[in-house]
Amino acid sequence: MAKKDRLSGNEAVAVAMRQVNPDVMPAFPITPSTELPQYFSSYVANGQVDTEFIPVESEHSAMSACIGSEAAGARTITATSSAGFAFMWELLYVAASNRLPIVLALVNRALSGPININCDHSDGMGARDSGWIQLYAEDSQEAYDNYIQAFRIGEHPDVQLPVMVCQDGFIISHGVQNIELLEDKEVSKFVGTYKPERALLNPGTSFAVGPYSVTEFYFEAKRAQAEAFKNAKKVVKEVAAEYKKLSGRGFSWFEEYKMDDADYAMVVMGSAAGTGKDAVDELRAKGVKAGLIKIRMFRPFPGAELAKALSGCKVVACMDRTESYNTQSGPIGADIKTALYDADLAKIKVLNYCYGLGGRDVTVKSLSSVFKDMQKADETGKIGKTYRYLSVRG
Amino acid sequence: MHTLDEKWQDMTPGCTITGNGTSKLFNTGDWRVAKPIFIADKCKQCLLCAPVCPDSSIPVVDGKRLDFDYDHCKGCGICAANCPFGAIEMKEGE
Repeated sequence: MAKKDRLSGNEAVAVAMRQVNPDVMPAFPITPSTELPQYFSSYVANGQVDTEFIPVESEHSAMSACIGSEAAGARTITATSSAGFAFMWELLYVAASNRLPIVLALVNRALSGPININCDHSDGMGARDSGWIQLYAEDSQEAYDNYIQAFRIGEHPDVQLPVMVCQDGFIISHGVQNIELLEDKEVSKFVGTYKPERALLNPGTSFAVGPYSVTEFYFEAKRAQAEAFKNAKKVVKEVAAEYKKLSGRGFSWFEEYKMDDADYAMVVMGSAAGTGKDAVDELRAKGVKAGLIKIRMFRPFPGAELAKALSGCKVVACMDRTESYNTQSGPIGADIKTALYDADLAKIKVLNYCYGLGGRDVTVKSLSSVFKDMQKADETGKIGKTYRYLSVRG
Repeated sequence: MHTLDEKWQDMTPGCTITGNGTSKLFNTGDWRVAKPIFIADKCKQCLLCAPVCPDSSIPVVDGKRLDFDYDHCKGCGICAANCPFGAIEMKEGE
């Protein structure tokens, strides 16, 4: 039986953490994810979980401890944001290449500088090539749902990869909303017991983790790692279907909103998707065929499927909450354009917006202006500047 | 044991290695550009050489050192530099 509650994103993920009852959590607090280790350590103190909580001296140590713990065979979690996440950088690659299914709750926040504590995706986007599966949420409910599914995805024998469960800092993490929670026993049944085939503490076996790989093997190791991402795509879909059966909620790689006959589509990720849906509703009421695609799974990137979903559109606007400094696109823009080109859909016009940096407000009005730009490009046949900045003064 | 003709499909996840003492399977003797020669007549069995060998390539049995393990000796010459009796000579190019 589902239980209704009103929780912030951090509260919802903390509840999910308690319900999963992992073996180990090494963590170091940083805004806006501080509440995650804070709530969780109170669960530990109250005896509500069996978890070993390790208060480490830095995020570099947090991820190092995660790697050791997961390699030992313990289900391991951590949480962080922004600069703390950046301090984990070296170890993110180590965790991924050692194929350790650690689950990291990332509360997205701008990277310095200038120093800023508010939401954008620059932390997560910077780690898009680190070898972690990345799931993004629109709200607290999705953050909760994604978190529970992450264990089944990462620990799957065909995957064995770490998973980042991302939510927008403050907007989701501190915004309270009505959500539905699963029963504790439903969650523990869904995630199951973690029994890795290979683990340092498996009795009777001995094996080495993270050996040096000479030139003759490094490339093969990376190729094998890339294959796990192809497998992950399938597993994300299967787990989403199973979760939907249990909860009645969710979708697999991305959500399509009023896309059936859409001429103008916005591709967006995170909390701005909700605002974008309101903009779509307003435009639909005026007879404009507007639609929206919300990406849930950013790594691996469901390019071919997204291209298919966009194939009927005249103009597409890709929304990137980060800056790539290549002077031509953001990460979503680049991946969508590649997907359209490969699907022989290069004729579709693509606008790419950098938006919402450092917590800049994203409103129905600002996102409606993106649809207006798409209409204008279609009506005049002129695309103009393909890479633009939304709601920046000047 | 990974071999040079191994395909990416055959790699263990994360290159993990199962089993104990697998470094024995890696013949670091291939790297050698100078070969230590053991001159048994000059050796007093003081055993100063064995503990300084970085690759455990001087086997000691019943308190006596034996000839070198050339499968693993990299030819660094630390043993020769430590021998007080000139019982180890480095031969370049072997």
